[in-house]
Amino acid sequence: MSETTVDSAPLPPPGATSDPLLRIRGLRKRYGSKTVLNRIDLDVAAHQVVCLIGASGSGKSTLLRCIDLLEEIDDGTIHLGEVELSDPALDADAARRRIGVVFQAYNLFPHLTVLDNITLAPRRVHRKARRDAEAEARELLERFGLADKAAEYPDRLSGGQQQRAAIVRALATEPELLLLDEITSALDPELVGEVLEVVGELKRRGFTIVMATHEMGFARHAADQVCFLEDGVVREHGTAEQIFTDPREPATRRFLARVLDH
Amino acid sequence: MSETYARGATPPRQSDQPEVYRPSARQLERERYRARKRRRDGWIAVTCTTVFAVVAGALVVLSPGWQPVKDTFLSGSEFSSSFPKILDGFWLNVQMFLIAEPAILLLGLVVALVRSTHAPGLLPVRLLAVGYVDVFRGTPTLLVVLAVGFGIPALQLQGTPSQPWVLGTIALVLSYGAYVAEVFRAGLNSVHPSQRNAARALGLTEAQAMRFVVLPQAVRNVVPPLLNDFVSLQKDTALVATLGPLEALRQAQIAADSHFNYTPYLGSALLFVAVTVPLARYTDRLATRAAERQFAGVAR
Repeated sequence: MSETTVDSAPLPPPGATSDPLLRIRGLRKRYGSKTVLNRIDLDVAAHQVVCLIGASGSGKSTLLRCIDLLEEIDDGTIHLGEVELSDPALDADAARRRIGVVFQAYNLFPHLTVLDNITLAPRRVHRKARRDAEAEARELLERFGLADKAAEYPDRLSGGQQQRAAIVRALATEPELLLLDEITSALDPELVGEVLEVVGELKRRGFTIVMATHEMGFARHAADQVCFLEDGVVREHGTAEQIFTDPREPATRRFLARVLDH
Repeated sequence: MSETYARGATPPRQSDQPEVYRPSARQLERERYRARKRRRDGWIAVTCTTVFAVVAGALVVLSPGWQPVKDTFLSGSEFSSSFPKILDGFWLNVQMFLIAEPAILLLGLVVALVRSTHAPGLLPVRLLAVGYVDVFRGTPTLLVVLAVGFGIPALQLQGTPSQPWVLGTIALVLSYGAYVAEVFRAGLNSVHPSQRNAARALGLTEAQAMRFVVLPQAVRNVVPPLLNDFVSLQKDTALVATLGPLEALRQAQIAADSHFNYTPYLGSALLFVAVTVPLARYTDRLATRAAERQFAGVAR
């Protein structure tokens, strides 16, 4: 694999578009006769945080699922570094190892403790010794305030704790790219903050993140780029500052008026 | 009772005095009403059950044919003379059950897993698995017992078993394996696809996702229906009687035929019930607990 090349290559500064970590061109996805994503172009440089915003059903989650190869795409290309993810002959398992995903519904494994949830992939996929994997997992849990939850089963945790555990699980495989799929949408309002704080921490640590979100306040202050989707099409794309203070498209203005005016 | 109320649910008060909980007059009235209702319900249940038992018993005992029935089905002397041999034979039923059960679990699991694969090279095995389940689930167990019991020895192949109880056990494994394969398959389908996706997103292969994420949850979900199948397997070991080994039913048959008295059948029935009832109660308990766990998860 080309992983070593990617790691040793000098990383472009945030915001650069010349050598993006993730490059999407002309992506198209259909469910039956319904086109849910159409002509999507998106560049994500290393260390950037990109927020996908838009109403439910606009295609944000589908786009993330296409990037993680959980959906087959119907046209276009997706590149991660110099590997084409959309190549049908690609070793999908190897590609997925470079991408971490956190889901709206956490999707923790209910039959495993928090610690086992986190160490499953490091041990089984990356072949780490149990002791090393557990030591690293405990360190991560400590950092995200879950040290005392290691031995608990997921259903004993609050929603916010479960989602933070799910984030730790995604981080444990040291992914190059993190996909966060509306990770606060299933949470009670008072628990949203603790999860967004974790995402802010990830940004400070230089993770490359693509997140679908309904949290406009967070998108505004944390995102390097904001992408507004409507009916499977990128209607507007720009810096957070530009999208939120000076939206050019009427569709963006309508959407922002709807979500911000209440 | 009032202690827990006082500690658990009292809101913090302005005064430093710890509050002593006193139920209101309305609450006391409510509790008195509930206690009255419980007593009345208890009486109704006891009375109805007694009346029902007396009427049912009287109908049987007062029926014109009661005396001959009592002599042929409920003879104390016949019972005690035949029971030791039946109990002896029942040990063979238990052995068949204990050998068949793990074999069935293994066969059912393998068939279910084969059916869940997608590799093109495994198509012939998949087809075989589908054919096996279709044929053996559709065939009466008694027919399978007869076919295996008389069919395999008739082939006169070297190395095939010839003891009837072994052949009977093989037949039970084949018949129940098909049911259990379907139970496992339902269990695999009962695990939400998002679990598999989460595992795949972590980089686990299809096989690893199955082994570490889907299968453990599936097995947990199907323990009650599996036990249910084993309750009926336990009694179906009696079908092997048709091949002639001296298990409980066959022993009862022999005893009954030699004295023209059916009491030995009652003896073997009691033995089967003695094993299946505790198994059934245990299954109920597991099912209740599984339901509680599941609903607790939903309520969260």
